[in-house]
Amino acid sequence: MIALTEVRREFRVGDDDVHALRGVSLDIAAGEYASIMGPSGSGKSTLLNIIGLLDRPSSGSYQLDGEDVTSLDDLRAAQVRREKIGFVFQFFHLVPRLTAAENVELPLMLAGVAPGERAAKVDGLLREFGIARRARHRPDQLSGGERQRVAIARAMVMQPAAILADEPTGNLDQNTGKEVLHLLEELNARGVALILVTHDPQLGGRARRQIRMVDGEIQSDSGASS
Amino acid sequence: MRFSDVARFAWRSLTAYRSRTLLIVLAMAIGVAAVVVLTSLGEGARVYVRNQFMSLGTNLVVIIPGRAETFGGSGGMMSGRTPRDLTLDDALALRRLRGVKRVVPLNLVSGEVSWNGRRRDVPVAGSTDDLLHLWDLHLAVGEFLPAQDPRRATSVCVIGWRVREELFGARSALGELLRIGDRRFRVIGVLKQQGEFLGLDIDELTVIPVASAQALFNLHSLLRVAMEAGGREDVPAVKDGALRLLRERHQGESDVTVITEDAVAGAFDRVLVALTLALGGIASISLAVAGILIMNVMLIAVAQRTSEIGLLKAIGASAEQIRAVFVTEAALLSAVGGIAGSLLGQLGSWAVRRAYPTLPAFAPAWAAVAALVLAIVTGIAFCVLPARRAAQLDPASALARR
Repeated sequence: MIALTEVRREFRVGDDDVHALRGVSLDIAAGEYASIMGPSGSGKSTLLNIIGLLDRPSSGSYQLDGEDVTSLDDLRAAQVRREKIGFVFQFFHLVPRLTAAENVELPLMLAGVAPGERAAKVDGLLREFGIARRARHRPDQLSGGERQRVAIARAMVMQPAAILADEPTGNLDQNTGKEVLHLLEELNARGVALILVTHDPQLGGRARRQIRMVDGEIQSDSGASS
Repeated sequence: MRFSDVARFAWRSLTAYRSRTLLIVLAMAIGVAAVVVLTSLGEGARVYVRNQFMSLGTNLVVIIPGRAETFGGSGGMMSGRTPRDLTLDDALALRRLRGVKRVVPLNLVSGEVSWNGRRRDVPVAGSTDDLLHLWDLHLAVGEFLPAQDPRRATSVCVIGWRVREELFGARSALGELLRIGDRRFRVIGVLKQQGEFLGLDIDELTVIPVASAQALFNLHSLLRVAMEAGGREDVPAVKDGALRLLRERHQGESDVTVITEDAVAGAFDRVLVALTLALGGIASISLAVAGILIMNVMLIAVAQRTSEIGLLKAIGASAEQIRAVFVTEAALLSAVGGIAGSLLGQLGSWAVRRAYPTLPAFAPAWAAVAALVLAIVTGIAFCVLPARRAAQLDPASALARR
């Protein structure tokens, strides 16, 4: 589903060129569960951003579901993000002034789905994730675990092919983190590809496929053959 | 993204940052209110002046001796040529024109009036009984000049309020003999206190028959002749008739200037419309200031909401949609401010009308609408830059910030 070929990404910071990615080639199949691990600065977040079309490679190519998405225009890139990819972040990134339900509803709203249809989908997901009675609460009235569940519900509401999670448990205590991870794995079990970025080897070790990055390169990949 | 959703989303962020929103709405409202109140002042002045002209009788045609070289000049006086006299006989001939209701000859000179050793320099008007209606004069006691042949130089006079007060004090002036120049006039009436009228202080005035004035001050020409046409539609005919008649009487020379009230009122009208526009323009500066405030606040909003913008992009918002959200926010801000300002402005001009009942300070409709439209346009225009900045944010780095 995801096919990266020789992807490089350079930034200029001041006078220095920073090589965040130095020729990464990676294939991830639909429904796969992969973790990307590595110390900070190893390029794992940049890789995730490129997979999620939030960033573009400086060189190399990226095919998503057989479509070359290396250099899509803004409108089409936004559409691909909306339809195929769900993001989960370490800091949840909920819109503070909107209720839980409204936060989950956002991607549907951006897609122009009719309000009635939106409400049904949002209600269903919130119930499924056990946060239905918090639907009308704003993020600051929710616990960390609840916030992340809302964020995951938001990532799932468009029924994406892949969920990209960047340290999804990094801001949660251990138990809550575990619950959240279980939720993500459950979604993966239903066929959604899960790509998990973490610096925590214990978390990353749960994935069927483990990719380790150092200095912008893939050092090891337990499922590279597939 | 549906428009209603964009509007609702923008509305939510306005209500979320309440103090920010209130301040901007206030700035916009003050700008719009300033435009509305100032233009209502200008328009009020215009209507006030027009009403003053209306009170002269709407169908006025005024004849001045001497030919105006340019429009609005004051006849022969300005051109340096001695004008031919405009005589009382000319005025009497004008009476026979068709469509003329009244002909009022007028002389106005400064003369010394005295009674019992007290003297005073006052404007002395020589005219006929019709002046009463023409100038809308009101009598406190007695009567006005008698209706008689204008060529009769009767020795009667009507005096203004202050003339009576200063010469006669607490005594009644009626029936007393007042010396004007070297003749004596019997006081037959005293005018009510009514202040200035077209730059002339009525309270200082002394009115005597026109023939008496001409004899007394050795005048051959009238200062002017005011004619009142029977109806508004008669005005052009009266004007043409007067010109033709006077040319015949003056050996074929067109040596008088005819001013219709329309022309004078029109000139004032143009001046005051220009004044209103200028006031509105000055007030619009405050709208521009409000616009810059909006830009400032939106730039801060973009900076504050960087991670929110990054998130919106991550969940599939295009640059276009981000821009639409911010522009809608600015449009809503300025629309709410504009509407509040319109109400505030109406309140302001109401207060002006309360304070100065004679001034009909109603903002012209075009100004009220233009202020509102200008407010919204300004708000949107000044939001283009912040909105573009938001739309161009790099989502990856926007999300990296907390």
